[in-house]
Amino acid sequence: MTLSTRHLLGIKDLTPQDITTILETARQFKEVLQRPVKKVPSLRDITIVNLFYENSTRTRISFELAEKRLSADTVNFSASGSSVSKGETLLDTVNNILSMKVDMVVMRHSASGAPHFLARHIPAAIINAGDGVNEHPTQALLDAYSIQEHKGTLEGVKVALIGDIMHSRVAQSNLYLLKKMGADVIVCGPPTLIPKHIGEAFGVKVEYNLRRALEWCDVANVLRIQLERQNQVLFSSLREYNLAYGISRRLLDSLPNDVTIMHPGPINRGVELDSDVADSGRSLILQQVENGVAIRMAVLYLLSNQSSA
Amino acid sequence: MGAKGESVFLAQILCLKTILAQQQISLTIRRLANQLLENHAPLSQTAFIGIQPRGIYLSDRLVDEIRAETGQQDIDYGRMDITFYRDDIRKEVHLPNKTDIRFSIEGKKVVLIDDVLYTGRTIRAAMDALMDFGRPEKVELLVLIDRRYSRELPIQADYIGKSIDSIISQKVKVTWQERDGRDEVLLLDE
Repeated sequence: MTLSTRHLLGIKDLTPQDITTILETARQFKEVLQRPVKKVPSLRDITIVNLFYENSTRTRISFELAEKRLSADTVNFSASGSSVSKGETLLDTVNNILSMKVDMVVMRHSASGAPHFLARHIPAAIINAGDGVNEHPTQALLDAYSIQEHKGTLEGVKVALIGDIMHSRVAQSNLYLLKKMGADVIVCGPPTLIPKHIGEAFGVKVEYNLRRALEWCDVANVLRIQLERQNQVLFSSLREYNLAYGISRRLLDSLPNDVTIMHPGPINRGVELDSDVADSGRSLILQQVENGVAIRMAVLYLLSNQSSA
Repeated sequence: MGAKGESVFLAQILCLKTILAQQQISLTIRRLANQLLENHAPLSQTAFIGIQPRGIYLSDRLVDEIRAETGQQDIDYGRMDITFYRDDIRKEVHLPNKTDIRFSIEGKKVVLIDDVLYTGRTIRAAMDALMDFGRPEKVELLVLIDRRYSRELPIQADYIGKSIDSIISQKVKVTWQERDGRDEVLLLDE
């Protein structure tokens, strides 16, 4: 077996060796994406269903492209417009789809643990494309790939995760991954958006001052303020958030060090990132999206013979 | 790729004989380089591609030999990995190696280079992979060792270092100085 796991449910379950294998395989797929014919026949007899119970642009298109570049057959499912509105359960929906001979399931769901539940009950290989506030493993992998490509290594790189750590599955997956791969990590944001014991839980430093976090780091991974996941007021206004934690060109230019900016998208322009930062040469945002396809090809490829169906 | 199953080495191995020793290998490579030059000089329309992972040691030597012989440095030479084109992914997923082809093969005469020709499946995959880089005018195959009578596909080599007869339980092991400490081709038996 090339990975120590049958599914990709979270970075939590991966070994450092698994992560290295995925990043290394993605590097070869990135080369494939530069060829005149950007497609390989590896998964030509594999069928994949993309189950999206929650909205997504990047992740969904990225997975779909990755599947097509690998020559897999794909079926798309989104909760809106399906029998979910008639009350069909998750397990019933998936079992019905699997009875049509599907080998792999890519799933996004608003409930944390939904892919873990499925993994216990169905034979197909499952790839988590984001579950609630738990994990978003392929995002963390593509972030790591982008850092490695830019800095040459992950070991010892200083990464600041900035913003809404509390509601961010991207932050959680990044924390697991960066710690496993030996990076130095700071989390930074308003105290109301940083879980109380995260420092001890992950062995990371907590910094409430944005300038100090930026002065310390090589890479700032700026998270989106998740307005849809907040049922209480955790900061008084977007404008106040922008003043205290928004990254502007002026702030970056006043730092003694060069900070590389990353963001998982979609950007709230003028909230966590100003446009003149997001669109600048310091930003890896579009490279992240490009690398996402290669990462997802690697994950799909490496797990493609894990279905026990 | 030489033969089926790397796990052979976990079992009891018996070395039957040395097919080629160090000096024979360098003589053979020199002969193959000259045959290539005979058919391809002045090389402006020719590209050499070594097949990963084990064909590249042979292709490195051949291209060095051709450069030394002709004094030409600007030879189109690349390395290609065929892992994503294998036909056995349901059985086992293999980890890929690096592909590095920095020139167009469109309209070129391409010489594929590998260490051992056995079932022909690697070369089938290599031809599919090659076509994704463009449309070559012609594709030829060069191998150091041709295991005759063991083909599973209708494929044969244009340039052969040495042909041998062997049975399925036997394995041909090619070792290289750069990787394994010495140049040698051995016939092994479980």
